Amino acid sequence: MGIELDFPAVLERWPSFLDGAILTLELAFFATVLGAALGTLAAVGRRSHSSLIARACKVYVEAIRNTPLLVQIFLVYFGLASIGLKFSAFTVAVAALTINVGAYTAEIMRAGFDAIPGGQLEAAEGLALSRLQIYWHIILLPAVERVYPALTSQFVLLMLASSVCSQISAEELTAVANYIQSDTYRAFETYIIIAVLYIFLSLVMRAGFWGLGFVLFPRRRRLGTPL
Amino acid sequence: MQQDIPSASIVSLRDVQKSFGSLKVLDGVSFTVERGEVLAIIGRSGSGKSTALRCIDRFERVDHGEIIVCGHRVDSPDVNLRALRQDVGIVFQSYNLFPHLTIEQNITLAPCSVKRMALSQAKDLARKVLAQVGLEEKLHAYPEQLSGGQQQRAAIARSLAMQPKVMLFDEVTSALDPELTVEVQKVIERLAADGMTMVMVTHEMGFAKSIADRIVFMHRGKVHETGPASILTSPTTPELAQFVGTADLKS
Amino acid sequence: MGGHLNINHLLFLGHGALWTIGLSLIALGGGGVAGFVIALARVSSLKSVRLLSAIYVQLIQGTPLLVILFLGYFGLAAVGFQLSPLAAAGASLTLYVAAYLGEIWRGCIESVPKPQWEAAEGLALSRTQRMMKVILPQAIRIATPPTVGFMVQIIKNTSLASVVGFVELMRSGQIVNNSLFEPFAIYAIIAVVYFAMCYPISLYSQRLERRMGRGKFNLAPA
Repeated sequence: MGIELDFPAVLERWPSFLDGAILTLELAFFATVLGAALGTLAAVGRRSHSSLIARACKVYVEAIRNTPLLVQIFLVYFGLASIGLKFSAFTVAVAALTINVGAYTAEIMRAGFDAIPGGQLEAAEGLALSRLQIYWHIILLPAVERVYPALTSQFVLLMLASSVCSQISAEELTAVANYIQSDTYRAFETYIIIAVLYIFLSLVMRAGFWGLGFVLFPRRRRLGTPL
Repeated sequence: MQQDIPSASIVSLRDVQKSFGSLKVLDGVSFTVERGEVLAIIGRSGSGKSTALRCIDRFERVDHGEIIVCGHRVDSPDVNLRALRQDVGIVFQSYNLFPHLTIEQNITLAPCSVKRMALSQAKDLARKVLAQVGLEEKLHAYPEQLSGGQQQRAAIARSLAMQPKVMLFDEVTSALDPELTVEVQKVIERLAADGMTMVMVTHEMGFAKSIADRIVFMHRGKVHETGPASILTSPTTPELAQFVGTADLKS
Repeated sequence: MGGHLNINHLLFLGHGALWTIGLSLIALGGGGVAGFVIALARVSSLKSVRLLSAIYVQLIQGTPLLVILFLGYFGLAAVGFQLSPLAAAGASLTLYVAAYLGEIWRGCIESVPKPQWEAAEGLALSRTQRMMKVILPQAIRIATPPTVGFMVQIIKNTSLASVVGFVELMRSGQIVNNSLFEPFAIYAIIAVVYFAMCYPISLYSQRLERRMGRGKFNLAPA
């Protein structure tokens, strides 16, 4: 049997692939930034003195971590529609991915918070720092430094998982590929190309996070030791 | 609102009681610390000495009794904690330097964020207090790059930068080797010579004897015997005699 | 169109849920065996084997599972290998799970304390004997909580098989929705069923982890 591969025929569409890759990065960027914020709030909320807030945050984290992203995306998509809100597929995708990665971020940040020794808090209180100052300087910043590798791996996984957004026809790399393969009848070549692109994007993200860590954590840069 | 209570004493405890569950750790503790005085609290582990110290800075809430520190009613539920802690410096057994910050950042953090001091001014201050503890050259080091003794001296410098009216030392040399203990003790001696008011919980009888103006010996949650440093050599209660005896045996 | 959710719909969803479990077991079995090989290859004494297995892991971990599924189903069909949805989903999940489990287990093998490796070497055991008799039994203990935790990922990921038309829970929900058109309610039900499958496993994994945390002290060199 003769397998005939024709990559050039598909690669002709490189501007579309490039657009798709950029859209995927955008999607990942927005969801990462918003999800990091949401997850951090949820992690803080889990330590709340109010058991209602703490429990609500736990329910959120467990509900998301124990259901598939695909189901979550459909729920957000149809949920917003059912209350009469119309958003672009891209916006819905950002919202669903944010909710998703927020839960994983919360769990990772919680581990980071738990690793802060009690003595650190006492020392900070003894120096008359306010609650907010303690949260920022003594809990949040060192926790982020400690869990940074886990956090960034999660964000790379999020970028890859964003391919699922093609199922609500959000414009991104996999959706572009679906379109191109139905147009060219060259599914194999098309998906190989976007697989390579996704691998490239994950390398780009990892390099980006490495660079960001280099800037953000002078201690790690100088000493190379984990916190 | 809390009122300033005129009082000659920097620290005064009156009939302070505190229980952890059914365990009574402080059972009517009273003592005062005057300006410029060095008070050493000694006693067996479990005698309540660390708890008494921690009550002064409100790390423990008391069940009963009165604590006044630099005019702050510490036993009152609406004491202004941050104002209290600007007046009181505390140094812990486990140093508790912030590992993600340089020594300089450890020191400038509180003056900048609490007192809104300009960073350049805070950096000058950091240099000054580090000189006081003999660590000028470690300004840009991270805590993990320092020995235990150096970390503890840096922690003392960090407290000094807030210009407290009284310093509390909670077994600050207990985690250190003998040589490192000596370097930290020298720093504390210098502070005492400069007239700093200090309350320290310590196991080091020799050090307590040489530096303290007054000794408080705690036993079973009570102040069992108190007096000048000479009570360590001529105790009046058999408990202190026994304690000093065993303490001597250990060292 | 229209109508209400009836017992037939629920039975259909139940059937889908069973296939979700079935596909998860296929992925766990296939991915487990392949992942074990990957884990051993990653700590092999042969550099080329280590390199090849590392490349495999990097490639799979850098590609979305959805794209692997599309390749296995549409891609292979386009070049003349038409796989059934079940075969395509089973194979894709196996490749995917193998890379992740292989990497998790490599970490577990490497976290067996160094003295254990040295002691085994000192006893003049062969490399295979060292691995089988000393290292792996300890690594399995360490590997249990994260492996159980990863089973949740597997169950959730089988939902992607729906996009190549394999009728598991997600796809059966879509089919029911096509006749009822109550998407929000139906996906909410689907979500609850996934949660009911995953949450107990998550809890169990957390419990194992906590127990291991205590167990670690027992592992300290005597």
